[in-house]
This record gives sequence, C-alpha cells and structure tokens, in this order.
Amino acid sequence: MSEPVAASKASSAKKAKKSHAKDDKERRLRLQRGQGVNVKSIKDKKLKGRLKHVEKIVREAQEKAAKVSEWLLPSDTGILEAEGIERTYNFKQEDILRHVEVGAAQKVYDLRLPDLGPYRVDFTRNGRFMLLGGRKGHLALMDWSQSQLVCEVQVAETSKDVCFLHNELFFAAAQKKYVYIYDKRGVEIHCLKDHLEPNRLQFLPHHFLLCSVGDAGILRYQDTSHGAIVAQHKTKLGPCTVMKQNPHNAVLCLGHNNGCVTMWTPNITTPVVKMLCHRGPLSALAVNVSGTHMVSAGVDNQIKVWDIRMMRPLHAYFSYSPAINVEISQKGLLAVGYGRKVQIWQDALHSKQQTPYMSHSLVHGVMEGFAFCPYEDVLGIGHSEGVSTMLVPGAGEPNFDSFVANPFQSRRERQEQEVHMLLDKLQPETVVLDPDVIGRVRKEPREVQVEKRRQEEEANRLRRKQAEEKNDSKARMKGKNRPSKRHRKKQTNVIEEKRPEVLKKMRDEEKRRQDKQARMQKLEQDIAIGSAPRALSRFYK
Amino acid sequence: MKVKVINRIEEDFTKERKQDLKKVHRNFDPNIHQFEKAHEYTRALNAAKLERIFAKPFIAALPHEDGVTALCRNPKTINSIVSGCADGAVRIWDIAQKRTLRRLVGHTGAVRGLSFAPDGESVVSCSTDCTVKLWKVPYAPLEAGHVEAQQQAVLEFQGSNAFRSIDHHWSRNMFATASTAVDVWDHERSEPVHTFTWGADTVISVRFNPAEADIFATTGSDRSIALYDLRISTPVRKLVMQTRCNALAWNPMEAFNFTVANEDCNLYSYDMRKFTSATCVHQDFVSAVLDVDYSPTGREFVAGSYDRSVRIFKYNGGHSRDVYTAKRMQRVFCVRFSGDASYVMSGSDDMNVRVWKAEASEQLGQLLPREKKKKAYNQALLERYKHMDEVKRITRHRHLPAAIFKAARQRRVIVDSESKKLQKRIAHSKPGSIKIKPERRKKIVAEVE
Repeated sequence: MSEPVAASKASSAKKAKKSHAKDDKERRLRLQRGQGVNVKSIKDKKLKGRLKHVEKIVREAQEKAAKVSEWLLPSDTGILEAEGIERTYNFKQEDILRHVEVGAAQKVYDLRLPDLGPYRVDFTRNGRFMLLGGRKGHLALMDWSQSQLVCEVQVAETSKDVCFLHNELFFAAAQKKYVYIYDKRGVEIHCLKDHLEPNRLQFLPHHFLLCSVGDAGILRYQDTSHGAIVAQHKTKLGPCTVMKQNPHNAVLCLGHNNGCVTMWTPNITTPVVKMLCHRGPLSALAVNVSGTHMVSAGVDNQIKVWDIRMMRPLHAYFSYSPAINVEISQKGLLAVGYGRKVQIWQDALHSKQQTPYMSHSLVHGVMEGFAFCPYEDVLGIGHSEGVSTMLVPGAGEPNFDSFVANPFQSRRERQEQEVHMLLDKLQPETVVLDPDVIGRVRKEPREVQVEKRRQEEEANRLRRKQAEEKNDSKARMKGKNRPSKRHRKKQTNVIEEKRPEVLKKMRDEEKRRQDKQARMQKLEQDIAIGSAPRALSRFYK
Repeated sequence: MKVKVINRIEEDFTKERKQDLKKVHRNFDPNIHQFEKAHEYTRALNAAKLERIFAKPFIAALPHEDGVTALCRNPKTINSIVSGCADGAVRIWDIAQKRTLRRLVGHTGAVRGLSFAPDGESVVSCSTDCTVKLWKVPYAPLEAGHVEAQQQAVLEFQGSNAFRSIDHHWSRNMFATASTAVDVWDHERSEPVHTFTWGADTVISVRFNPAEADIFATTGSDRSIALYDLRISTPVRKLVMQTRCNALAWNPMEAFNFTVANEDCNLYSYDMRKFTSATCVHQDFVSAVLDVDYSPTGREFVAGSYDRSVRIFKYNGGHSRDVYTAKRMQRVFCVRFSGDASYVMSGSDDMNVRVWKAEASEQLGQLLPREKKKKAYNQALLERYKHMDEVKRITRHRHLPAAIFKAARQRRVIVDSESKKLQKRIAHSKPGSIKIKPERRKKIVAEVE
C-alpha cells in the first residue's frame, strides 16, 4: 500500500524538479545576451583555451543572474483576474480601488485644471516625477505619488509638448515659436532658437539628444550635454505631429500626413525606413521597449501592429474613432485612447485579441495624451479638464535596477547617476537600425568594407554639400539681397503685389454684376413693352 | 475579482539612518539594460584615455657623483638598493626617503658589478681595479633625515685582471666573477675555488641559475652564451650568435629560461635545455641593449639600452609593453626590478639612479575596495576591446624622443624593404630553392658542445 504512494510521491517530486529545471533554463535563456561561441571547431590551441575560459565565465554569470532573478527580486508583476462570469474590462477603477492596498489607492487621483488647456503628461525614467504641460502655457513638475508640487510656471504662450531631459532637474517645453528648457525651480535656462515652431519633443537618454519636429517638417537633433545641433533633416513630407523613439535602437519614428511612417537616425539625411502604414494621416505611434513591435493608429480608424525587425504587418484592429494616442507599457500592455475613453489591451502585440483587458472613461474632459509611469502600475492621462491617473495592474516592471533607474534615489545618488550617464554617453554616430551590429565580427574582407563605407560617405557628403551650398549662397549675400531683406519682402511685398490683382478682380466682378443687372432690367422692360417675345427671353440673358 | 498592484513600501527601499547600508537592487532583464554593448565600448574608450592621462611613471632620481655603472637590489628588504659609480663609489640607498644610507669607499676603478648575498646583509662588488670587495649592509633607521656615513670593506679579494661582472650564489656563500675567465670564489678563501675558461676572449657577464644550485651562464665577447656546471668543473655547452650579448637574466619562476640583451638591439629568450632556437625574440630598441632584469613574478622583464630608454616587456612578448624616457636621462647602463614588482630602477650615464613605476598609470598606496573593483573592471574592458581601432590607437600611443622615433622608423623601413625583397626573390625563383630562416634561429651561428 505504501509503495505506490511512495512511488507516486517520488514521481511527482521528479516532475516538480523537471519543471523547476525547465523554468531555470527558460529564465537563463531570457537573460542571455546573444549566442555563445562554438569552441570545438577552433584549431588554434591558445585561442581555444582563452575562449573556453571566457565562455565558462559567461555561463557562470548567467547562472548567477538567473538565481538573482529567481530569489532576490522583491516584487511581483501586478495582476487583474476575473472570476466566474466576470470580465476584466467591466471592472471600473472604483471597484479596483476597493480591493487594493491604501498605498496603491492613493496613487489614483484627479487634478481639476479646467482653465489652462488640454494637458500633456511626461514621466522621468524612474517614474518618480511627472510633468504636466497645458496647451495655454501651464507647466508643472510634481512628485506625483506623494502629490507634491515641485515647481509650476505659467509661460504666456501655447505649449504643444513637454519632455523631461535626463533627470527631473531639467525639462523642455515646445512653445509657440521655440523650444525652451527650464530648471526644476521653473526658471527658464535656455531658449533653443534653432527649433522653430515645434510640435513634438523626444529625448534620447543614452545619447543626450533632444529631438523636435514641427510644422516645417524639419527634424532637429540637439545634444543637451554640449549644446550643439547634431543634425537637421528635412522630412519633405509636410508638418508632422506624431513622433516616438524606439527605445531599443534610439531611432525616431515619425508619422506623416500621407500615411507614411519614416524612421530617422542623426547620421543619414534620408529616412532609414519609410513604410506606408495607413490610408490617411497618422494620429499616433508607439514602439515597445524591446524594439520588436510598433503600433500605429491612423485617421482611417485602423490600429495596426507591425513587426519592425522584419518590417511586416502583423494584425490590425478597428477603432470607432481615430485614436488620439497609443502607448505601450514596460510589460507590453497596449493603451489606446480616443475621445473620452482609454482601452488597455493585454498581449495585443503578438496575437490579435478579441476583447480589451481594461477600459476607463473620463468623467470630465476630452483626452489629449497619456503616458505609462515606468516601474508602476499607473497610467497618467492628460485631458482638457486636467490630469488624472488610473491603475493598470500588470503594466509596470515591478523590479527596478538601482544602477539604471531608482525611484527612491537620494540627491547623492542622482548626482552620481548624472555623472555616470554623461561618462557613458553614446556618440550620435553610433545610432544604427540594428544595435547588435556593434559587438559582432565582420564577415566581409576589409577592402570590401572600406569600399562600402567610402561609397556611403560619398553619397551623404554630396547631399550635405548641396544643402550647405544652398545655405551658404543664401547667407553670403550682403547688400541688396540679404536674407533679412528677402524675408521682409516676403512679408510685405507679397500682399502688396496681390493687392492690385485682387482689386482688379473685385472691380471686374463688380462690373460683371452691374452688366448682368442692366441686361436683366432691359429684358424685363422689353418684355413689359412687348417688343421681345417671352419665349426668346433666354437669349437676352 | 483578484487584483494585485505594484505597491512599494518606502522603508524597504530607503535607509533609515545615515549609518545604515544603502540597499541596491539588481534586475538583469535585458529590456531594462538597453545599449549594453555600446555603453561597454564607450567605457572601454574612457578607460583607455584615463590610463594614458594617469601614465606618469617617474618617481624619483637619486644623484651620484659619476655615471652609474652597476645596480643591485636587496633580496630581503624592498626599499634598499645599492648602486656603483664609474669613479668607484658605491652607495646604499633608502628609496622611500630618497637618501643615501652609506657611502662605501675603497674602489679606485669603476664599479662594474654588484651582487647581494642571499641573507641580504652583505654585498659584493667588483671593479676595474682588479679587486672584489665584500661589504656589510646596515638596516635603515626609521627616522627621516640625513644619515650618510662612510664605511670600509669587510673583505677584499684580489684578482689578476679587471673584472666585468659579479654574481652571488642564491644559497651558498660563494660568488662568481667574470674577467678573462670565470672565477668562482668562496667567502673564506682568498683565491678562486674554480676557474673556467673556454676560448681566449673576455667574459662579459655571469649569472647563477635561481633554481639549479650548480648551474650558471655567462656571456662572452666572442658572441657566445655559455652554460657551466659547478659539479663537472668544465663548461657544458656554448651557443654562438651573430652579435655579442651584453647581459643575461634568468627567469626566477621558470628557471630553465633566460633572456640575453644583445648588441643588435634585440633581446633573445632561450630555453637552456634546447639551444637550437630562441623561444622568443624581443624587438623594439633602436640601439644596443645593455642590461636586462626579470621581475620577481617571472612574467615581465625590464631592459635598458644605449638609446637612452628603458623598456618593459612581457616574458613572451615580441614588443615592449611600455617605454620610459626622460629628457635628461642618457645611456642606460643598468636596470633592476624591485622586490615587489611595482618599481623599476635604472642607472644611467647622467649620474642618476631613476626610480619608475612598473605600471605607469598605477595608483600607488592602499586602494579602497571600490577602487580595486574599478581598476579590475577597466583592465577587463581594455582586455576585451583591445583589438578595436580606436582603443588600440589610444593604448598604443607613447611619446618618444625624436631621435628614437626616427631611428625606429628607419629600422622599420629597412626591415620592410628586406622582407619585400626576399618575397620577390622567392616569387621569382624555383619553389623550395630559397629557404627562409625563422627569426628565432636567424641570429644563431653555432652550438658547441
């Protein structure tokens, strides 16, 4: 009697051990950075010995990392599960708040700011500070989880977008004419006069590049560590209001009014990738953290998911109205916002889902923009009546790395991190579409590579030279045809030139009208007299 | 419904009091760490640049009255060296205080060789006035300040010809001198115990093997390297090269290997068991190499040359790891590694003994654990990225005086053109008719039993 029990116990223990081993292996593979080297095929003994040693060290490091990720991570991912016939998208925020802890419930609030325009929201990389930018020029920096306001400034002009720089000390606002950089005390530090009429701002944290795109359709990269403009690219596709960065390779994705999505690096003057995504203008874009999937929303009511490694469309969703904003969280949750509604979709990137995960309607206001808070299960929504936050269980990465982003960092740690970030700053020349190229071994012979590089440089140099010549020729004129003079002419002479023509047109129109009236009167008189037959009245018109 | 949300309690992630340990959390998920490789490469570049910024190897210059011709370090005390001058003065130095402890007077001719006894308390010196003197070395006093006092020799040994070199045995109370013949002396005897001759030319340097108690090697002015064994009382084997070897040093860790400093600007490492070819050829000097000494780790050696430079080589490296020059340093006659392998001493014609760091960018003194970790990380980064163009260009860069730079360039041109000519000759002649001799065997003329 005891033997089968013991046997079953042993077999269940063995099964548990097997699944545990499989979990271990999965974890180790997830934490792996690239393939190893096949040491067996190497003939050179010295090299073989050295590589064997290196592979052994890498394997030990992976095992340690897997152990850390199994035992030492303090928090778990958030979950929201429905029981029975309930559906998760039916749960309202009030229901969820009743079931969570007080500390988490305190993170959900509504800021009523109805006067100063629809708000846009941005978070720092560690999710500690939130930046609100109202359209009518209200900029506010707050420690959102403690509900503490750090600074608030009212600039007197429209502000279309706000963006944090490398930490909470500096933020940038895209105001009416230029981009301005402010301190965390609300003091204006810089006015970036090169960025004209900006619409959207993005900050690339590893390269310290502040990027803006505006009504002129020109994409500008400016290095905020030494202040020089790194690159200016003319998109030649008109005004652009949709811009997102790909966090995996620091490539900027722009959405244009002809339905194209273009991807740009600071090194090449033409877009690296140009894909036709929608049948009308794009309204929103989002790229996931690992740089594998992109979600684009267009005015044609389609929300499409793309695989940007292979450049293939994956699937498409239909929305009832054009999505105002699309965001992907750290854990891959997709948030789509239109009108007063936000829908959160779980696992929507790899496979097409039929129902959303969560849904939330704004009580007041029409949505303007939203952002997921990193390392928290919170979505910050900016709308026309202010800013609200909502809980999205499972959105944020629960375990942060103190050396990357620490929500609880002290002043000393922030200073140290700033110095380390500056020391590790990557050069803009290294931004490429596939960042894994950097560590790989080149397979082509050196001459072929040199030739290729020479050809690329030649092509870019020609284009840049042409652009420079054009600019130079404009700038070099002193005297009668100065750029300032021409600009003034443009503002004044055009209208004056038009005026006589317009007047002439008006006079002609008046004359024609009077002639017509005279003819009509004459016809009526004739008909009244009876000299002209009625049937022929149309010939007198 | 089942709901769980991320909720971090601040007390778990921050420290309460100032003396508490700061909590560090790690998550190795690659989605959090983007651009890892690019950051690592940037750090490697920064590490290379910082290494060059902090590369300031010169520590001190200890002045003499005439050109320094011999140098020797105390095997028992790290901070004590003895240096011999061209006017016969011998000085015992306390390096840390940069002061002379004793001036040992007695020699009337240039001091050509110095060697410590294994107990670290006596030193023997040989000179061109045909005498060998034995001196007692006192301990250095702990108080700083001027000490210098004169001292006489304890014992004196008279020879018949000018001596060129001396080496004390590693364990016994005997030493060997080199003049027209190799003499092996004992402390208690006034005449040499053994005398070895092979051929009629002078012997230039003599060195005992650190592990094998009875074997020693000499270099002679007949371009030979000879191995001797005390037990057989005859020379064992001789290797004749194309040019003369000025100095010899045994590897203290692999006692069957030794390195010779040759007149043709190269150093050659040999295995004493197999003289058919050298194990390594060390090239980089542009003039005759005058002295060589191994580090106690056996992994590096330092060499000084007639071209006013001191170079440090890896034991199996074909080119030097580092080069030290100074504007006022003239021909380098003698070099020594310090006992803890951290310093290099060079005695030169400009009457100075210079003390240098063995690792030019090393931070001296006790390092904090974080500093040690950072240093180890930087070294690992440089090791991993050392083949990348930009990193290589920075780590290889050394400033050389114009004369050495131009001479090195000229040598390179000569070597390149010779090899090109050889390739063309081979291409234009019957395959197999021209035999290329490998570099390690090129300079060996004969091996004599």
